[in-house]
Parts: sequence; C-alpha cells; structure tokens
Amino acid sequence: MKMKKVFAMATSMLLCGAVFAGCGSEGGSSGSGGSSKSLIKVGIINNDPNESGYRTANVNDLKATFTKENGYDASFSYSLKNEEQINAAQKYIQDEVDYLLISAADTAGWDSVLKDAKDAGVSVILFDRTIDADESLYEASIVSDMDKEGEQAVEWLKSQNLTSYDIIHLQGVMGSAAQKGRSGALTKTAGELGWNIVVEQTAEWNAEKAQQIVQSAIDANQKFNVIYAENDDMAKGAVAALDKANISHGVGKDVVVMGFDCNKWALEELKAGNWNYDGQCNPFQSSYIVDIIDKLEKGETLDEKVVIMNEKGFDASTITDEDVENYGI
Amino acid sequence: MSQNTKNSTVASIFTAMFRKQIFIPIAALLILAIFNLIVDPSFFKVKLSDNSDGIPVLSGNIISIIDYGSELAILAIGMTLVTAASRGQDISVGAAMAIAGSVVLRVLCGTNSRPDELQAPIIVAFLVCCLVAMAFGAFNGLLVSVFKIQPMVATLILFTAGRSIAAWINNNELPVVNDSTFSVFGNYIPGIPIPTPFFIALACFIIMALVMKFTNLKLYVQSVGLNEQTSRLNGLNPALIKFITYVFLGLCVAVAGFIKVSRFSTINYSVTAKDIEMDAILAVAIGGNSLSGGKFNISASILGAYVIQFLTTTLYKFQVNSEALPAYKAVVVIALVVLSAPIVREKIAALFKKLRSPAKAEAKAD
Repeated sequence: MKMKKVFAMATSMLLCGAVFAGCGSEGGSSGSGGSSKSLIKVGIINNDPNESGYRTANVNDLKATFTKENGYDASFSYSLKNEEQINAAQKYIQDEVDYLLISAADTAGWDSVLKDAKDAGVSVILFDRTIDADESLYEASIVSDMDKEGEQAVEWLKSQNLTSYDIIHLQGVMGSAAQKGRSGALTKTAGELGWNIVVEQTAEWNAEKAQQIVQSAIDANQKFNVIYAENDDMAKGAVAALDKANISHGVGKDVVVMGFDCNKWALEELKAGNWNYDGQCNPFQSSYIVDIIDKLEKGETLDEKVVIMNEKGFDASTITDEDVENYGI
Repeated sequence: MSQNTKNSTVASIFTAMFRKQIFIPIAALLILAIFNLIVDPSFFKVKLSDNSDGIPVLSGNIISIIDYGSELAILAIGMTLVTAASRGQDISVGAAMAIAGSVVLRVLCGTNSRPDELQAPIIVAFLVCCLVAMAFGAFNGLLVSVFKIQPMVATLILFTAGRSIAAWINNNELPVVNDSTFSVFGNYIPGIPIPTPFFIALACFIIMALVMKFTNLKLYVQSVGLNEQTSRLNGLNPALIKFITYVFLGLCVAVAGFIKVSRFSTINYSVTAKDIEMDAILAVAIGGNSLSGGKFNISASILGAYVIQFLTTTLYKFQVNSEALPAYKAVVVIALVVLSAPIVREKIAALFKKLRSPAKAEAKAD
C-alpha cells in the first residue's frame, strides 16, 4: 500500500516535471525570438507528426519554411487532443505571437479561444482542417478538398475508356473526411454510368486488411479489373494479393490499380508501371500560408477566406522522376 | 435396455465434452465451418497455382485463415499466461508490436531508410527485436508485479506511448526493405506452398507445449493466479512469476511483430497491428480461460485466435457492408463469449446431466 502511494507521488511529480520542462523549452524559444523585432512571431499548432506519413511531411514542410533565416520566429506544439491544442493556443496568445496557425484535432470548441486571439490582435490562419466557428474569427483557411480528390480520380478512371468497369473499392476508416470524399465520387459516378462495384469494404487504411479483402474476392472467383484503394497502403495490400494469384496489374495489364496520398514509394511503383494512378493529398501548405502572411503584412485584403489547394493526380504513363522527387511524401 | 445404455453413454460423453475447456473454441470453429458449408461450400476450396514470381502457392479461404491468424495465435499464447498469472490483460501488445517491427527495420536498414542491401543479418535484427520487446515486457511486468498496479492500467502507459516510440526509433521515416529473404517470413518459402507464418506459429506452439510438459511453469502460473498468498506460503515468488509471464509475452510480441513487418517489408506506425490487443484478449476469452486468472489452456486460446480469424475471413467472404461489419462481429463475439463463460457451461453440463439421469433411472428400473 505504501509502495503504491510512493509510486503514485513519484509518477505525478515526474509528470509535473515533464510539463514544466515542456513549457520551459517552448517558452525559451519564443523568449529568445522576442528580442529581435524584425522576426514575425508565429505559433503553430499541429497534430502529432507520427499520426501518418502525410502528417510527417506536413510538419517537415512547416518546419523547413518557418525558420529564422526566412524571417520567422516559430514555436511548434503537437497534440491529437483538442483541449491540449486549445491550451497551447491560449499560451501562444499570452506570448503575443503575430500569427496563430492551427490544424485542429477536432472541429468544435474553438470559439472562445479564437475570440481571445481576435481581441489580442493575433491573426489566425487555419490549415489542413477547418473548424466550426464563425468565419470572422479567422483570416483564412487552407484546406484539401477531399471531394475534388475523389472526383479527379474518378474522372481519370472514366477517361481510360475500359470496356467494362468491375471495381474493387477499398475504403478507409468509415466516416473520416478522406474516406467520405473519395468514396462519394466513386459511388456517384458508378451509379450514373452503371459501373459494377464488385466489392466495397473498409480496410481501415490497413495494407494487410486490404490484402485479405482482395484475396477473398479472388478466392471467390470474382471478376474485376479496377482496384480503387483510398490510400497507398491499401493499394499495396491489394497488389500483394494480385501478385500471389499471378494476376497482372499496372499499365496495359489486366487490373488497373489506383491509390491516394502520393507516398514516394507509391509514386515509384507508378513510375515502374505497376500501378496506374495516384491522387495527391497535398501536405505542403506552408507556401500558401506564407503567401497569406505576406499579403496581411503588406496590409492587403485577401480575396477569399477559404483557399483550396491545388492537388494533382498522377498517371503512370506521364509521371516523371521529378514528380516523384517533388511530390512524393 | 441396450438402447438406454447407449443413450446414457452418449449423454455422458456430451457432458464430459462440455466440461472440457477446449470444447468451446472447437464448437465455435465447427459452427462457423458448418455455416460456411451450408451457405457456400466453395469456401473450403483450396487451389495450387503459381504466384507472379512463378512459385507455386496454395490459396483459398482456409489458407488465408491459417496465414493471417498466425500473429494472433502467437500473441494468444503469451496473453494466456499473463492473464492466468496476473489476473489482468496486457493492452499494449499492438503498440509493442509496432515497436518490435520498427526495431527490426531499424537494424536492417541502418540510418538509410531505403537501403539497397541489408545493413545487418536478419537473425541479428530478430534477436535485437526480441531483446527490445522483452525489455518493454519487463517494464510492464515490473509495474504489475513489483508496484502492484492493475495490469490494464500499467500497460495503458505503453499502449498510449508505444506507437510514438515506434515512429521515433526510425526518425519518423517509413523504411522499406528490398530483400527477398526477409519477406520469406511473412509470405512463402520458395518451394513450400504453405505460408511461413503458419509454420512459425506451429513452432511457437510446439516449443510452448514442451515447456509446459518439462517445466513447472504451468503449475506455478496457475497457483499464483489462483491464490497468491498460498503460493507464497508454499515457497513460490508470485512477483517473479508474474514478471516472467510479461517478459514471455514480450517475446511473443517480438515474433508476431517480426512476421508483421515481413509481410510487406515495411511498417505503418499508426495502423500496424491496430486493435490486435483486443483480439488477443478475445482469443483468451473464447478459449474458455477465466479472465480473472487461475487455470488456463493454451491450446484453447490458440484455437480461439483462429476462430477470430475464421470469423473475419467469413465476413470478408460474404462482403458484409462496411458500416455493419463491426456490428456483425460484435454479435458473434457476444454469443461466443457468453457460451464460453463458466457459468453458462455449467448450466449446459447440468442440462445434459438431467437428460442422462432419467435414462439412468429407466435403466435401473429395467
């Protein structure tokens, strides 16, 4: 019993210590920047970089852009929890940052902290994810249009003029924005043009589950000629199942393979002709953010509150080595 | 009269079967198999054909089950011991598998995330991964055995932090191994048409059976799980035995994690082995083991793991709507768990006894 108490005390003290240490280091970095006035002070609140390859690329992009050399004094804070993000935002407002960049974990609960920011004269720019708050509370919001990503991919598929469309549709985690957007376009067009969806299952972004689903379709002797996977991992899993059954896939082969997210390895598969299409989900928002900050610094007004990023779709027959290098995450 | 005796022997066989722990997972497997046989017998079709490398491999739903169920079966071995000794479950195995897999890739790839050739022999990578996973197991074991924290709470720490640690080991990069020998462990040995993971699981099971036969581990674990005080009075060290079971689970995690990364020669920190801890606990439950410790049966847990995979493959086969998938799984799982609950089994056994006793009475009257 005593042991338990001592341990509980020790852990709680350790945790407190960690929190203080965290504050200390963050405070230090912003404090040192405060002395040089020419730098623009930016507080960046993002999701955990480990969340996915997309997030890692996103975080690295922001880190590479908002440097001292480029004239920014940036502080970063990462969390997958909304309340922790809100706390971080409040801290940045107290630190008197000029700009607050937010990729919110959750859409709700941001009103009061954004009002505080407005009162304190901090400009808020949302990136990657929108939130449910009045538009007047933020300067701009830079987002991916998942519906458009899906539409682009389906447009491409339509343009292939296959003699028949028998599609295996591998969905992401049900209800996520990416899943809704990417599924929506396919379901709609398939309905309109009479495409046959052979299998429609969620593989929850997981390569192994995707492999099992496609394997099961092959074992059941289902006929299909298109794999529409909502991310690269699932496309990879599907391809593993095709390889096992010796079904050819890729450019000019039996099965058309489509993926999303543009991981570098996926684009390499595309380049090698093993896959046919990969749709981008652009994690490189920093250039858009910099544009907006420049405009605001010059006192210009923004044309639009919501900026939708340009997102590409790559075709295996036209992709170049530079594309792989530039757009691979 | 002979008819009656026959009846009574049949009934007594049934009673004995219901008493046996392993009956539950076997019955579950049979029910799933019969269901598939009735609805679509082609479920059991297995065919031999070449894969794209020209190697002949077996494929079919049954092969999928023994292939993809392997990791879960290996985890179920360790989870059974942990459950029996510490009267609680380790919920960090999924995250620990991500760590183990990440370590394997880190050792194989070195600092370059996409090397052209392996930077270290595979056996070294495997041994390092075993050591790391056992160290994390030891950490959990320490919290549970020495600090006497509830197992689920103690392992919550690694459950939360594990995937971040896994990502940190590889500097957040996603390494890819380009080596056909490495992928053998998650796919096929050239020339052998049965998936390698199945052989690995089989080897683990045989080793475990030998350990159970030739050491006192089973006796010790059961006595600690049944009554810590008495086992201490009998000269056992309960803390040490609990600790050992967690380290052992760490070893199981290492093997399972190794197979997992070998399947695709890469890793995705956030989705690799996601929610597998729940399936592993479920395998133990379906195996009819008491989740509050004590007596256990490892073979039953392993069968439980294959029951879960059987169910998953069946649901894929019937293309259950994505939104409804978890609901279907839940219904079957509830049925299985309720059936395997000791109290229900006792009731069923009592029912059979009742059926038998009138037969006996008649036999006597004759």
